[in-house]
Amino acid sequence: MKPRSLVPLIYILFLMLPIYWLVAMSFKTTNEILGGFSLFPQEWTLANYRAIFTDPTWYWGYINSILYVSINTVISLAAALPAAYAFSRYRFLGDKHLFFWLLTNRMAPAAVFALPFFQLYSAVGLFDTHLAVALAHCLFNIPLAVWILEGFMSGVPKELDETAYVDGYSFPRFFATIFIPTIKAGVGVAAFFCFMFSWVELLLAKTLTAVEAKPIAATMTRTASSAGYELGLLAAAGVLTIIPGAIVIYFVRNYIAKGFALGRV
Amino acid sequence: MTLELRNVTKTVGADTHIHPTSLAFEKGGFNILLGATNAGKSTLIKLMAGLEKPTTGEVWADGQNVTGTSPQKRGIALVHQFFINYPHMTVFENIASPLRVQGLGRSEIETRVREAADVLQLGPMLDRRPQELSGGQQQRCALARAIVKQSKAIFLDEPLANLDYKLREELREQLPDILGERGTVIVYATSEPTEALLLGGHTALVHEGRITQFGRTPEIYHLPGDLTSARVFSDPPINLAPVTKRGEEMWMDETINWPVFGEAAALADGPYTVAIRPHHVTPTEPNDVSIAIRGPVQITELSGSESVAHFRIGGQTWVSLAPGVHPYRVGDYHEFHMIPGQCFYFGADGTLAAKGRAHG
Repeated sequence: MKPRSLVPLIYILFLMLPIYWLVAMSFKTTNEILGGFSLFPQEWTLANYRAIFTDPTWYWGYINSILYVSINTVISLAAALPAAYAFSRYRFLGDKHLFFWLLTNRMAPAAVFALPFFQLYSAVGLFDTHLAVALAHCLFNIPLAVWILEGFMSGVPKELDETAYVDGYSFPRFFATIFIPTIKAGVGVAAFFCFMFSWVELLLAKTLTAVEAKPIAATMTRTASSAGYELGLLAAAGVLTIIPGAIVIYFVRNYIAKGFALGRV
Repeated sequence: MTLELRNVTKTVGADTHIHPTSLAFEKGGFNILLGATNAGKSTLIKLMAGLEKPTTGEVWADGQNVTGTSPQKRGIALVHQFFINYPHMTVFENIASPLRVQGLGRSEIETRVREAADVLQLGPMLDRRPQELSGGQQQRCALARAIVKQSKAIFLDEPLANLDYKLREELREQLPDILGERGTVIVYATSEPTEALLLGGHTALVHEGRITQFGRTPEIYHLPGDLTSARVFSDPPINLAPVTKRGEEMWMDETINWPVFGEAAALADGPYTVAIRPHHVTPTEPNDVSIAIRGPVQITELSGSESVAHFRIGGQTWVSLAPGVHPYRVGDYHEFHMIPGQCFYFGADGTLAAKGRAHG
């Protein structure tokens, strides 16, 4: 092996180490984890996973997370698609400022918005619902989706729109049956970023829920329970939390670079 | 079917894209919009197609005012310079899409798509997607989509400009057959004078948002109405120079002169602008009566079958275009022969004052 290929190898090992440690821990018993240092589980156990899939407080965490993430992704795309189309196709008063302002929304830490959201949602009775978290995450996800989609849409020549109108397509029909399929890679990337942000965001999700819509990340961060430390269980929960993200990344892997460039490649 | 612009203007912000324009196109043959890039050809097409609303004026089709009618309802077809197809549909679905929107039956769509595909030699590619086709085939697909519905008008906005030379020639030769006999108004925008001459029909010369001349293509080529029209409809650029008429003779640069006959002889004495096409300025003596002019050669271009020389004469740069290979050397003084009988004389206001004739 050439020495130069050693560098990336070491880097990858370094990156993978915590993930490996998490996976290894999830198959250990808590006693073994606390007992000392072991590279491999001495005593393989699926008890941790079994516990998660049978205990409603655990698996409802996943269901809650998936629910509000899905609702958020749908709302974000539904709002961002027409908005991005307007930014990419029309010139209107203040369009450039508005477009930039959208992005500045992402610059404030989520903690800034936690209090107003909490108070507002409590007042209107949205507290501890999936919709509350989904709407709160829209604050960050809609601007992001608009930016990504606008880039992809601007890559489509305006002549495509004109050709479709001349061919007899009404605007809604053109938008749904021609334009969206044309930029489906962009829609996929935007959906991915919405999913990812909403899936990993903890602060707002935790603040805006109590019991009914409690996300998995909130469940997971209680490190101790009545039964003491359950490190094996937490590790298994961690592994299960990574999996949805990994699946989504697999589907959009070819477009992700373009997505990070907000479609402007 | 007729298509008319009545006193149409288009302004965007402070920019005037189209000055007041009236134009009427009939079915049968090509109606060519000839002009440089940004002259306003595309804007005229968009106005006629309803994709843009005129600032003032009206668009009429078949004796009806369609100014406010949306492009969807006008029954027209459009082919752009860029190869515009729906990327997620197969070639078949692309061609079928205007018919699907009209809600035609499955079997009729099938027949008509196959028919259009045959005309454009796309038969074997119907199951492919546009991006799997070559540029020429992609444009054929766009053309097939334009002819498959029996539209009242077909607009072609420089459809061959993005094709390479060979494909362009091939498709241009086939275009009259592809589009002909459909009873539709064909509007064809191009920036190449040669293309206009090859396609024939009628030509409207477009320059900076104005129609400078409109008529049968060969006629306006042979008789430009003004200086602008003469320049628009010449490739390579037409040769121009200030001249002065004194009695029976035209004087250029106080050193070159030639006798004038016919209507040119009847002109009042005074300054004019002479215009002569590059192929009437040749390195060898032509059959017509000609006069010799000399100037230093600046640039030469050899296309294999034609020789082009740019040379200085009377403070102007003139171009000579002649068949065959001629041994020019840059910097050398070379003798060229111009045919006074092929000259146009334009007055101070730019309108055609007289056309030269060789003999009385």
